[in-house]
Amino acid sequence: MNGGAAKIWALHLGVLAALLAAQLVLPAYHAGNLARIMVLAVYAMGFNIAFGYTGLLSLGHALFFGAGLYGMGMPVALAGWGAGAGLVAGIAAGGGLALAVGLLALRRAGVSFMIVTLMFAQAGYLTILYYTPYTRGEEGIVIDRAARVLMGLDLSQDATRYCAALALFAAALLVNLALVRSPFGRVMVAMRENEERSRMLGYDPFRVKLAALVLSGLYAGASGAAYGLLFGYVGAGFASIQYSILPLLYVLLGGAGTVLGPFLGAALMFYLIDLSSGVTTAHLLVVGAALLVLVLFAPKGILGTLRDRGLKWLP
Amino acid sequence: MAALTLLEARSLTRHFGGLRAVDGVDFDLAQGEIHALIGPNGAGKTTLVGLLCGRVPVQSGSIRLAGRDITRLPAHARVRAGIAYTFQITAIYPRLTVLDNIALAVQSRGAKNLAAESLAALDRVGLAGRAAMLAGDLSYGHQRLLELGMGLALRPRLLILDEPTQGLANAEIEAFKALVRGAVPDMTVLLIEHNMDVVMDLADRITVLNFGRVLATGTPGEIRANAAVQAAYLGG
Amino acid sequence: MEGLVTSAVLALTALGLALVFGVMRVVNVAHGEFFMLGAVAAWFVTTWIPGPPAAGFIAALVLCPLLVGAVAALADTLVLKRLGYDPDATIVATIGLLYVLQQAALSLYGPEARPVEAPFTLRVQLPWFGYSGYKLAVIAAAAVVLAGVWLLLARTRIGLVMRATQIDREMARAFGINVERVYAGVFALGAGLAAVAAVLIVPIQQAHYLMGQDPLLLSFMVVIVGGLGSLRGALVAALLIGLSDGVISVFFSPTLAKILATLFVALVLVFRPQGLMGRRAA
Repeated sequence: MNGGAAKIWALHLGVLAALLAAQLVLPAYHAGNLARIMVLAVYAMGFNIAFGYTGLLSLGHALFFGAGLYGMGMPVALAGWGAGAGLVAGIAAGGGLALAVGLLALRRAGVSFMIVTLMFAQAGYLTILYYTPYTRGEEGIVIDRAARVLMGLDLSQDATRYCAALALFAAALLVNLALVRSPFGRVMVAMRENEERSRMLGYDPFRVKLAALVLSGLYAGASGAAYGLLFGYVGAGFASIQYSILPLLYVLLGGAGTVLGPFLGAALMFYLIDLSSGVTTAHLLVVGAALLVLVLFAPKGILGTLRDRGLKWLP
Repeated sequence: MAALTLLEARSLTRHFGGLRAVDGVDFDLAQGEIHALIGPNGAGKTTLVGLLCGRVPVQSGSIRLAGRDITRLPAHARVRAGIAYTFQITAIYPRLTVLDNIALAVQSRGAKNLAAESLAALDRVGLAGRAAMLAGDLSYGHQRLLELGMGLALRPRLLILDEPTQGLANAEIEAFKALVRGAVPDMTVLLIEHNMDVVMDLADRITVLNFGRVLATGTPGEIRANAAVQAAYLGG
Repeated sequence: MEGLVTSAVLALTALGLALVFGVMRVVNVAHGEFFMLGAVAAWFVTTWIPGPPAAGFIAALVLCPLLVGAVAALADTLVLKRLGYDPDATIVATIGLLYVLQQAALSLYGPEARPVEAPFTLRVQLPWFGYSGYKLAVIAAAAVVLAGVWLLLARTRIGLVMRATQIDREMARAFGINVERVYAGVFALGAGLAAVAAVLIVPIQQAHYLMGQDPLLLSFMVVIVGGLGSLRGALVAALLIGLSDGVISVFFSPTLAKILATLFVALVLVFRPQGLMGRRAA
């Protein structure tokens, strides 16, 4: 079994090394994009933990991303908190809301679960708009450069920002990898594959799913908080339905239930949307088209299909 | 030496709409015995067993496991308390490897050295050589063997087998019988079976169910001689 | 009065969603976009047909539901059927469909909201209130359509076939019913109902490419509160929600009202999934 482990770690560390080297080669525009992609990939990895590995299709993850964003943004912009404290607050907000939503939504399954998560996310989005005097609603809060300093490093500088994004991505990736190869990771997959059988092996479906959802929320919160800190902007748009659909799209494209899939999907989709918005204002059409194509022809996504066709060891 | 009672069920009742699937059943299991549950189709065997392992909620009655009242305990907690159940229709994880399948059972009971213990559990049912295969690629007989192995790997106090020999070839049935005999008296085994040869050969005691009620309980000899049972079931 | 109009239109739209879920077990997240398509198509038809507004409007009332229904049937045949109506996959597919339809409207129709002229502007003058004749007509028309659908389901062979397919898909197939065609038909009917509702409301509201979002959320609310699969419950819920909408916006800001409504729906689904009138699945 250990030959396999070496291959796996080599692949993932290799990807991280390549990303580290990339910033030396890429022009500023693309490096900035890649930084965004890495942060969004963390969000998508979190979604994948719930959806790809545990089989929970949530349509309300924007609530957790938004929680991270505003959980960091409001204390930092309005109460003068430091970036580090803001980051922690964002992560906690994401995880905390995931716990609250999970306790309610996990009483239902399938379609009902999806609708409940969708409704809670909508309520969250509307709440941000309702409290526009504090949250500045759609217009958003711009976070001062002065506040975006973590451990003495100015996060608004290109190079620092890229490295910070990479550091977050690396941490998230490695934790994700360890998780899916751990006994608990096996239980998550078992729950997805055959819940009744898992129950009769002594696993509590509610607890397992709740844990997966909370982890997912922590990832989303981290991603949201980081996004706000690194790119200096917090806005209601990030808590809208679109941001619940995007991680689903990234994961489906890259490969649900694979560790690197979310990153691959995020990168491809980001550029696809970026390119098409240069062509037309109706660029979200590619989102719709991509979803349809994927669900019809390639539900396993890129890495999922690769894994099926031979790369069995890909986690 | 009097056998200890492992499981005591009193007045178990379960209706589905107008159908009385299990109707006031009293049922005892002695520690370390092999107990067979037989009866015509629709007699309530799977429902009774579902009540015992927690898959079906009890409407009235009580169940005690080694003196502890488990009537309201959810299914996964009953597994932790020591009841394991293998499904009538094979329920393994076809897309996971055989090793992963058994590991899920082994890690559930809290084993320390997962890899070694999993291989040992596979060895017990003779599947160690197929550890890396996908469980879905196994033959039907091997899949049922894997499921039995998972049940055994939980090291339960009570192992409930729901029609375990269905669809198995004769050689496989012999292997199965040997495994069950090897499991007791550490475990207690309750099996639902239609194969009378297996029942008569393995069981220490038999309970006959009909229309949700207990028709008779006794040793194989007593049951064979029971006129009511003959009329209802054995086709005597 | 406003509440009644809202209820009427909501009842039609929600009925479409309820039918699709009831018969096909499909949650059509793109349902709001069929509504929007109906309104946008109405704008095109009324703009192109010369003569008095009534002529264009009648044409729209007939053509738009047919057009939207055709689009829906196409979507069902090309996409949903190929997915085998699997619950997870169809939701993702309808989300994709939502974006495609919405953005297509944006491309072809543009981002602005455009008005459509009402077919007639009568005022019915009563001693205490004056009512817009058109609004009364909307309520009447909605009632007629609802009655028509009820007749279709309860009294005709087509309705019987639909109900049979809903109860047991495999049995229906065994009896020779072409389930795929029934599904395409039901999906088209659901979309068509939304389109009718949109055409009726578009002279009062305006046609805008994002107008499908609110009707979608409201329809969800109606279907869930009324009980997934219960058509009667949906009607009752539509009435309740439509009427209370007016009352609530007197006391609360519209955003707060929406927040409360959304949370209400979520909690109903969590704690009382059978809604008001649905039957709890065993």
